[in-house]
Amino acid sequence: MTVTEVAEALGLEIVTGQENLDRSVTGGCVSDLLSYVMGNAAAGNLWITIQVHPNIVGVAELLDLAGIVVAHGQDLETPTVEKAREHGIPVLTSQETAFTLAGRLYALGVT
Amino acid sequence: MEPTPTDRFANRYPILGGGFFLAGRASGEVKRRLSELSLPKELLRRVVIATYEAEMNIVIHAVSGEVAISVEGDAIRVVAKDRGPGIADVQEAMKLGFSTASEKARSLGFGAGMGLTNMQRCADEFRIASEVDRGTCVEMTFRPRPVDSKEEQQDDGN
Repeated sequence: MTVTEVAEALGLEIVTGQENLDRSVTGGCVSDLLSYVMGNAAAGNLWITIQVHPNIVGVAELLDLAGIVVAHGQDLETPTVEKAREHGIPVLTSQETAFTLAGRLYALGVT
Repeated sequence: MEPTPTDRFANRYPILGGGFFLAGRASGEVKRRLSELSLPKELLRRVVIATYEAEMNIVIHAVSGEVAISVEGDAIRVVAKDRGPGIADVQEAMKLGFSTASEKARSLGFGAGMGLTNMQRCADEFRIASEVDRGTCVEMTFRPRPVDSKEEQQDDGN
C-alpha cells in the first residue's frame, strides 16, 4: 500500500512531500519519544505522532521513513513544514487520535 | 604515498549545545557522506542512529561538542566529544530510562533515557568516558553484521 492509498483510506490531509507519496508503506510506528522511533522504526514505515517540531523531520529523513502522520489535529510548527518541504518528507495530518489512526492503519493491512 | 583506508573518509562536525533547531544536521550530513561509500544498508543504518543519539546528547546536555567520523577498513568509527557537565555515574546513565534532560527537552520527545542504550545496541564496540564539569566522550566502532532478513524485507530500497 502506498502513502497516497493510506492517505485516501484514512482521510489524511497531505501537507508536504507530494512528490514522494508513491512509496509503499512497510509498517508503522506510534511514539512521541524520538529515541524510541530511532531505535524501532524501519525504513518505509509511517510514523504516527503528536510531536510537531522540526526535529521529527530529521528523524524521518535519517530513517528513510515513508512519512509522518501528525495525529489529533496538532498544529504543525511552520519550520517543521518548511524543513519537510525542503527534504521532500511526506507530512500528513489528521483530526483523529494516534490510537484510532494506528488501529485503522493496521486494519488496512499495514502491519 | 598510497592513501590508507582511513583517508577514504574522515570528518568532524561541530555541534552546539541547546541548538534544538539545528539538531540532527550533523547526523544528516554524516548520512549523506557515508551514503556515497555504498556501505551495507544495515551498517549505515546503525551508524546513523547512533550518531543521531550522540548528537542529541550533546544538544540536550552539553555546551558544545563535535562528532568525528572515519572509515577504517570495513569499519566505521564515530567519536562524539563534548564540553559540558559530564556524567557523575556512567553506569546509572547507561540504564534504560535514566535521564537528566530538561523539561524542555522532554517536552520535545527527547530525554527518554534511551539514547545511550540505542548507541550501545547499534555499535559493535562502545566506550564512554566522562568527567564531571568537563565533558563526555563516546567512542563507537561499527562493523558489517550478518543481514537481518526481516529488516531487509521491510526495506523497500528507497
